[in-house]
Amino acid sequence: MPLLWLFLIVLAIAAVGYVLGRSRALQSAGGDSRDLHSLPSYYGTNVAMKAAVPAFLLMLVWLLVQPLYINTVISGAIPDSAISDGANLGLVMSEVRRTAEGLDALVAAGEMTEAFARSARADLGDITQRLQDAGQIVTSEVTQPILRAAQDYRVMNATGSLLMSGAVIVLSLAGLLWGLRESQAAFRARNVVEAGVRALLIAAASIAILTTIGIVLSLVFNTIEFFRLYPASDFFFGLEWAPSFSGRGGSSELGVIPLLWGTFYISIVALLVAVPIGLFAAIYLSEYASRRVRGIAKPMLEVLAGIPTIVYGLFALLTVGPLLLSVFGREGLGWMQAGTAVMTAGIVMGIMLIPFVSSLSDDIINAVPQAMRDGSYGLGATKSETIKQVVLPAALPGIVGAILLAASRAIGETMIVVLGAGAAARLSLNPFEAMTTVTAKIVSQLTGDADFASPEALVAFALGMTLFVITLGLNVFALYIVRKYREQYE
Amino acid sequence: MYDAPNTELHVTQNDIKIAARKVQVYYGDTHAIKDVDVDIEDKTVTAFIGPSGCGKSTFLRCINRMNDTIDICRVEGDIQIDGEDIYDKRVDPVQLRAKVGMVFQKPNPFPKSIYDNIAYGPKIHGLAKNKADLDEIVEKALRRGAIWDEVKDRLHAPGTGLSGGQQQRLCIARAVATEPEVLLMDEPCSALDPIATAQVEELIDELKQNYSVVIVTHSMQQAARVSQKTAFFHLGHLVEYGETGKIFTNPEDTRTESYITGRIG
Repeated sequence: MPLLWLFLIVLAIAAVGYVLGRSRALQSAGGDSRDLHSLPSYYGTNVAMKAAVPAFLLMLVWLLVQPLYINTVISGAIPDSAISDGANLGLVMSEVRRTAEGLDALVAAGEMTEAFARSARADLGDITQRLQDAGQIVTSEVTQPILRAAQDYRVMNATGSLLMSGAVIVLSLAGLLWGLRESQAAFRARNVVEAGVRALLIAAASIAILTTIGIVLSLVFNTIEFFRLYPASDFFFGLEWAPSFSGRGGSSELGVIPLLWGTFYISIVALLVAVPIGLFAAIYLSEYASRRVRGIAKPMLEVLAGIPTIVYGLFALLTVGPLLLSVFGREGLGWMQAGTAVMTAGIVMGIMLIPFVSSLSDDIINAVPQAMRDGSYGLGATKSETIKQVVLPAALPGIVGAILLAASRAIGETMIVVLGAGAAARLSLNPFEAMTTVTAKIVSQLTGDADFASPEALVAFALGMTLFVITLGLNVFALYIVRKYREQYE
Repeated sequence: MYDAPNTELHVTQNDIKIAARKVQVYYGDTHAIKDVDVDIEDKTVTAFIGPSGCGKSTFLRCINRMNDTIDICRVEGDIQIDGEDIYDKRVDPVQLRAKVGMVFQKPNPFPKSIYDNIAYGPKIHGLAKNKADLDEIVEKALRRGAIWDEVKDRLHAPGTGLSGGQQQRLCIARAVATEPEVLLMDEPCSALDPIATAQVEELIDELKQNYSVVIVTHSMQQAARVSQKTAFFHLGHLVEYGETGKIFTNPEDTRTESYITGRIG
């Protein structure tokens, strides 16, 4: 039975449960809803919840466990002889799965009877041919053990989903009956529904947290794998980044320092651009601009935040780079060799960050109580004196938080770097030289044709983990400061 | 002028410090203050009383042009301090506010140290020649604010860490530190407990030896306790103005009488 149908059936049972539960509760109160503990709809919702939630949970768990179980059984049944040289069990299993899917598709298209798909033993060449003709992806020839495993796989899958459908529907009906039994006037349906809402919200929150943990774990395992192949001290303290291009390991130098240096250098240039401009823009918008100007200027500034970073990258490549080159390049001061440089990427990234700094700072400056300004004006201070000596110090922790958030954004930026700063990992103080960052190197290490198990590819995970820890630290620090600031004025 | 001998002066003998004639205030289309004429005397505490929304705070804020910071507010008419029109184009509102100090309803110390809170005004107006001078000004202001003894050991602790009553006295000291001639107080005790209120009232009574103090209050008892002159505002009009004793015992206008006896408000 297709999953969608099962899903709809459970929903239908829940809907029926809602109607039945509601009317049964009303009946038990003699038709007068004032005699019920809760509103009639709560009784209905209670029944619907009991019919749907456990059934869906069972479905979810079943869908997660069934493939694991079948995989274990089938791979246990594949003889070692079926695993050829240079392949491993995983490859054979994916071959089995592909064959099974191919058979499924042929049966669905009517080119093969179900009985034939289940029992065909003899003519492997014919089956392979038919699978290939139908556009299914299989290797040159389906072997006997693989065909047998694929057939077992199909049968187990079919039995599994049939069993699941039955179990889910039975559980749903059981929940319905349980809910209906409870639908009496004295039953506190409202509190039960309240608990249900709470559980729903907790589930949503935990999904977000579990996803984060999952991302971290996926990084951690690959990072550990990398450190098994490449010494950690060389990674963290190595001054040279020179992955070998053969993709087969050997003499790669994978020191993270040049990349971190590039990241920080570009981020610092970006912040030097973004912080003064963003902060002054925020001060103008919140303290000086009339309501009309603010109403127009603020959304326009925030449009900057909506531009995709690849567009900023193009801007760096096509406009800012050549512009800088014409001033600092060979025709000008002679400091710059090419359009791609720390300066180019930094300036464009700074422009990208302006709305972050200005928008957050604007909110924070606005949150400074008017009483502070009145107190200062009342003492005969001018506007700029008030801002400099009272408003900004009061808003400072929040502004620092905003800047740190912008910084973590700058550190994680990729596209502008790829297009604006070049790809050369270099330890240099000259801001007119091409450098590169951690993120840009993650992209190039993973998109190359290096073997995935080689240190050249796995280093991407170690880089990602390093970056994650750095930006996480910055974010936590920023949030800590912002929160501390919030406590200051009730 | 602050060195005048500390003899008990009769209020009626004092000079006119602030003279307002035909003052109108508009908030957008709302006519908040209508035709207010008032003469406020030097070295006197003048209380503005009246129901909420009657315009007494608005009028108070006209005297140091704090209403200029509100976009939609428009002031017409003539207010003179020592014979000088404060709404004249040549008058810098910033300079004016140094001369006319203000204390607000809610204590609003800056998020700085106690010392820096007081030193803020003198610093921006360049009143101190050097650090020692500034220390002296700060100490003098804190003494006048009747809070010196409580804070002298922790001048560099944040001003926001003080209790509500201490914060308000700190704000008064801060206003006094710029050597103003007039001190405006907008319900300075409404956020304070009775003990802190008593301390602030005592302070106001002392301040009148040097300043012309104008206080807006919702407490009739407070007006009676601290002021020599009282003005009663109602619906944007100045209904009655005169000796505090007379206003509270023998008001001329029936509206004043109704308010004081609690029938309107």
